[in-house]
Amino acid sequence: MLSSFIILFVAGGMVYSLVEGAIPAFREFGFRFIISNNWNPTSGSENYGALPFIAGTVITSVLALLISLPLSFSTSLFLGEYYRGTRMAKILGMMVDLLAGIPSIVYGLWAFYVLRPFLIGLGLPNQGFGVFTASIILAIMIIPYATSLSNEIIAMVPNELKEAAYSLGATKSEVIINVTIPSARSGIIAGYILSFGRALGETMAVTMIIGNSNLVPDGLFSTGNTMASVIANQFGEADGLKLSSLIAIGLLLFLLTGIINAIGKFIIKRIG
Amino acid sequence: MKNLLVVILAAVLLQACSGSSGKKADEKSGSKSTITLTAAGATFPMPYYNMVFKSYGDKMGTQVTYGGIGSGGGIRSLTDKIVDFGATDAYLEDAQMAEMPAEIVHIPTVLGAVVIAYNLEGADGLKLSGELLEKIFMGEITKWNDPKIKSNNPDLKLPDLAITVIVRSDGSGTTHIFSDYMSKISTKWAEKVGTGKSLQWPVGMGAKGNPGVAGTISQTQGSIGYIGSEYAFAMKIQTAQLQNSAGNYVSPTIETVSAAAQGEIPADTRVMLTNSSDPNSYPISGFTWIILYKEQNYNNRTKEQALETVKLLDWLINAEAQGEAEKVHYSPLPAAAVEKAKTILRGVTFDGQPLL
Repeated sequence: MLSSFIILFVAGGMVYSLVEGAIPAFREFGFRFIISNNWNPTSGSENYGALPFIAGTVITSVLALLISLPLSFSTSLFLGEYYRGTRMAKILGMMVDLLAGIPSIVYGLWAFYVLRPFLIGLGLPNQGFGVFTASIILAIMIIPYATSLSNEIIAMVPNELKEAAYSLGATKSEVIINVTIPSARSGIIAGYILSFGRALGETMAVTMIIGNSNLVPDGLFSTGNTMASVIANQFGEADGLKLSSLIAIGLLLFLLTGIINAIGKFIIKRIG
Repeated sequence: MKNLLVVILAAVLLQACSGSSGKKADEKSGSKSTITLTAAGATFPMPYYNMVFKSYGDKMGTQVTYGGIGSGGGIRSLTDKIVDFGATDAYLEDAQMAEMPAEIVHIPTVLGAVVIAYNLEGADGLKLSGELLEKIFMGEITKWNDPKIKSNNPDLKLPDLAITVIVRSDGSGTTHIFSDYMSKISTKWAEKVGTGKSLQWPVGMGAKGNPGVAGTISQTQGSIGYIGSEYAFAMKIQTAQLQNSAGNYVSPTIETVSAAAQGEIPADTRVMLTNSSDPNSYPISGFTWIILYKEQNYNNRTKEQALETVKLLDWLINAEAQGEAEKVHYSPLPAAAVEKAKTILRGVTFDGQPLL
């Protein structure tokens, strides 16, 4: 009882201080804060617009989701359907869980020292920094989440349904396409929405690889910045209006991930 | 609706609690018998501070905890009165000083250089004029074999490679010194980019902190950026020779950085040393400062605590500590600056009485 109240206190306090801190920025820039792409901290011509970071966050997360989709979906089918209960699936499942447990900073190191030189070798511009590399590393980071969530949902599809289909003479792939996927659909979608929410807030690995230039990315391979990494980068020296703008970005990010997670939870609840 | 009210009430209470608990912690640290000094600020002089604060602790028993959280963080910590002193690479302007809760003083501690570091195999000793610096950092020269760089460096083999500009993604005193110099040598820079701890960069990608920029440069062929000198020397990154205001190309060394501080220094030591007129000077040199309150009796600090703070700073500008600076590639303060700093320290008081 007491501890649940503490959580309420903490969560409420967080929201309160985010809103309170963000007020000066919204008062100064209004709605322009969200749609302006001009982030200029030089005193005298100070102006803060969050569009480059909102764009960077959304683009990298959507790309990461698209890249991870085929990989995690086929893995979850493998684990939850084709090779369910085999030793092979157990080992693979363990590897997926292991991936989920690797800290963000380790992914960042790997991306910086291994993935980036590899992509430079393939002819990627900007020395391998940028939106594309960040999306790949984000995709690898969210694969385990998407996989284990949809894996569980797929495994939950009642055997009776599948057996009924088999008894009508359906092949394995027909069962998967016509029975398993439709009945697990909303759960799988919810799993991807939750992974998307995670990709939105990911900080360290992205910061190390995205190039941190405060401009709206003008292509797949250009450098950019995300909401989480601009906060991580700049809060130390920030004061006044700049600090308030960073807090406002934090509030926007909080709202964005909150909404995404709520949608995911809602869908899961409906099927549960 | 009811829930919302509870949340808001909770939040208000939490805010109220956090305010009072912060004060209590301060009182506690002030009443300890063995004295511990707490400081925070710039990362640029951190290698030097870490070294000398440790040797001071070994010798005198006074432990100094220094948090490298950036110049802005140092100023904020002092404003919040949660440290004994702060450290900054950019002195406070008059307007900023007026915003502080009480009068503060600046003590210069050491001289440092911001070096132009680059990564270009087989091209040691690159010479860069002010014009080249401006064009590279504004994105007008994008290739290493640009005729303008070539004509300035006829002996070097310059590859057909894109220039990758690396800048600081976080706010930084290092950026302040660099942009102050750029604004002095280029009117275009002054108009379009300006001077500050963080800037709206025309080109380049950001890395966090001096170590971050140094690491990215050493990992990236064809990159160029600006970093505190110690970080470049420690990682053995190539550094460019810059053209000073007398027209000479100079490398960042202990001597050339010292030469930049030979000019007139104002009584409060708030001066930028960039683009010095001394013919031997390295042009992107600067003081780094420690800032503290002139009246040391605040927040229930004991007189002992205040005395120890001033003693440490007095030791820091004396020959013993200054002699250590060269070990980590900083230059000792010139005699004139030491004199001025001592005068300032003698003006630091406790209840109106000078401490030294």
